[in-house]
Amino acid sequence: MKDFIEGIVAPIDRDNIDTDQIIPTEYLKSIKKFGYEDYLFDGWRYKDQGRLGMKKTERKINHEFILNNAPYDESKVLLTRDNFGCGSSREHAVWALRDFGIEVVIASSFGDIFYNNCFKNGVLPLKLKKTEIDKLFSLSTDNPVSISVNIKDKVILFKDKLSIDFVLDNNLAERIIYGLDEIDITLKDSELIKKFEEHRKENNPWIFE
Amino acid sequence: MGYTIYDKLWNEHLIRSYDDGDSLIYIDRHFLHEVTSPQAFEGLKKKSLKPWRINANIATPDHNVPTTRDNKFSIESIEDNISKLQVVELDKNCNDFGIKQFNINSNNQGIVHVIGPELGLTLPGMSIVCGDSHTSTHGAFGCLAMGIGTSEVEHVLATQSLKVRKLKNMRINFEGSIQEGVSSKDIILYLIRTIGTAGGTGYAVEFAGSYIRNISMEARMTICNMSIEAGAKVGLVSVDDKTIEYVKKHSNLEANLINDAIKKWKNLTTDKEAMFDKEIDIDVSKINPQVSWGTSPEMVIDFNEKIPSSSIFSAEKRKSLDLAKNYMGLSDNQELSDLDFDKVFIGSCTNSRIEDLREAAEVLKGQKVSENIQEAIVVPGSGMVKEQAEKEGIHKIFIDAGFQWRAPGCSMCLGMNPDQLSPYERCASTSNRNFEGRQGNLGRTHLMSPKMAALTAINGRIVKEI
Repeated sequence: MKDFIEGIVAPIDRDNIDTDQIIPTEYLKSIKKFGYEDYLFDGWRYKDQGRLGMKKTERKINHEFILNNAPYDESKVLLTRDNFGCGSSREHAVWALRDFGIEVVIASSFGDIFYNNCFKNGVLPLKLKKTEIDKLFSLSTDNPVSISVNIKDKVILFKDKLSIDFVLDNNLAERIIYGLDEIDITLKDSELIKKFEEHRKENNPWIFE
Repeated sequence: MGYTIYDKLWNEHLIRSYDDGDSLIYIDRHFLHEVTSPQAFEGLKKKSLKPWRINANIATPDHNVPTTRDNKFSIESIEDNISKLQVVELDKNCNDFGIKQFNINSNNQGIVHVIGPELGLTLPGMSIVCGDSHTSTHGAFGCLAMGIGTSEVEHVLATQSLKVRKLKNMRINFEGSIQEGVSSKDIILYLIRTIGTAGGTGYAVEFAGSYIRNISMEARMTICNMSIEAGAKVGLVSVDDKTIEYVKKHSNLEANLINDAIKKWKNLTTDKEAMFDKEIDIDVSKINPQVSWGTSPEMVIDFNEKIPSSSIFSAEKRKSLDLAKNYMGLSDNQELSDLDFDKVFIGSCTNSRIEDLREAAEVLKGQKVSENIQEAIVVPGSGMVKEQAEKEGIHKIFIDAGFQWRAPGCSMCLGMNPDQLSPYERCASTSNRNFEGRQGNLGRTHLMSPKMAALTAINGRIVKEI
């Protein structure tokens, strides 16, 4: 059960961060679901070109990039702006965030497919108002701060200085809290799907050719 | 009250709604490729599950395949071992589960969004998914088509259904006739420039208006293909005679079956009384050829415009514009025509159909690629497109001009195979994304139509006049 997340905020002040930036194409050649932590934001994190299989220790680190510096290298919360995760549908983008240790991404909006992919992997994408995003940026830009995200009560807290309520559908919150397997849930409706399918076949046989 | 085509498709596929606002929809067709499927197959195996309906699934390798291959090529000949493993894995998974695959040597292999329609596997009224954001392409046929993640690929394999939330309805009315030299690629780039890369987020976007009615199915596919670059995972067009003509030509269905189907397909249009959450009118007669200058598909200008000066934008926007200019090696108010190009790529699921190749060949007839261009490649979208082009002699026009005539695949659109840009190389590309590093580490992409790419190949630069 995961209903409370507390961690360092890593602010990345850019909008339209696409999934090609979150993880470049090269690493999509992997056939595994895990092991993407060293490739997160690869183009920004390193000064050289990587290959799948290379470790962080073999690379030329870009020390100007926030996630390379302590304590941000252990951030659990990523703070960014508009349209985060736009572009390619690659779920590897979420796997890379998850494997690095990011559990919450805060933005003013998200790409549709990325947003869906997050909930399948226990990463919480939080949509906040632009004014609230501004507030979080001013709070976290100069010094590292640790905030807490209470998923049950739907509130973000920073000491007694900040409290932001967020909106999140209960079913989405539950997916993060309990990490339920969606296939198992859907298969409970097997009979319903079968019936629907038979009906569809009767009326639209060309689809089933 | 009337329904939009999206509403009709939604109702037609709705299995059930849940209390929480989600719905379960039935999936008619599932396309698979080698990049986003291995983890899904692995998950299926771990759960000891089998695909729910085998013949709903169609697979082909497209992202990793080398485009320099010939007929004798085998998977074993792929030099990059990691790429090879992914193609091998698709082959193995398709064999294990009995899924129909157009493998690397098949005449029907190609980019998954190109082969679906041309093999008659994409039919009007279908719900179509694929682990690929450009699945919206199939919306051109009045389909409910969208890109999904790998977990969803596994879910669809296991349950033939997808858990989704209904999108809002948006309609874009493209009215008027285009100017000479303008193509559907320019129209969609202009739209993205206008509404932004998040303009369509949360919407199913219907493309309508006299312009859409007048263009070919290929041109409609180019427009629906890039609806995701405007943020919309679903982009679609109401069915009309052109849709039905195309499907009749490409389908292998028996005559009586197709006649029954046509009666149904004719209803796949938006009702006159239907309401949209958002509607935008665009006069296409004023649109010039478009070229992207930056690192987002919304950073687009007319071919003869200057790079926009950052100073006129808000502080927040200015930052991303400056980052883009820095990455692309550009300065304020620079002319696009001042830039020296290194490579030209004609291909991708956006612009690798026969019509695209004809458009480029028309320009290249009797011309030569500029000496300044190090490499110009044309990658047909499928075996069928390649064959057709060779029948028409188009390949000779490309080769005589100095282009390399390649085998089908995604190629330099994303450079998972050896077709990549080297750092700082500038490329005229008919693909769909100009993100940082998209075509190769530190490579610089300018998106444009096949015609503009061909002109850039000849001149080594973007032309000032058409």
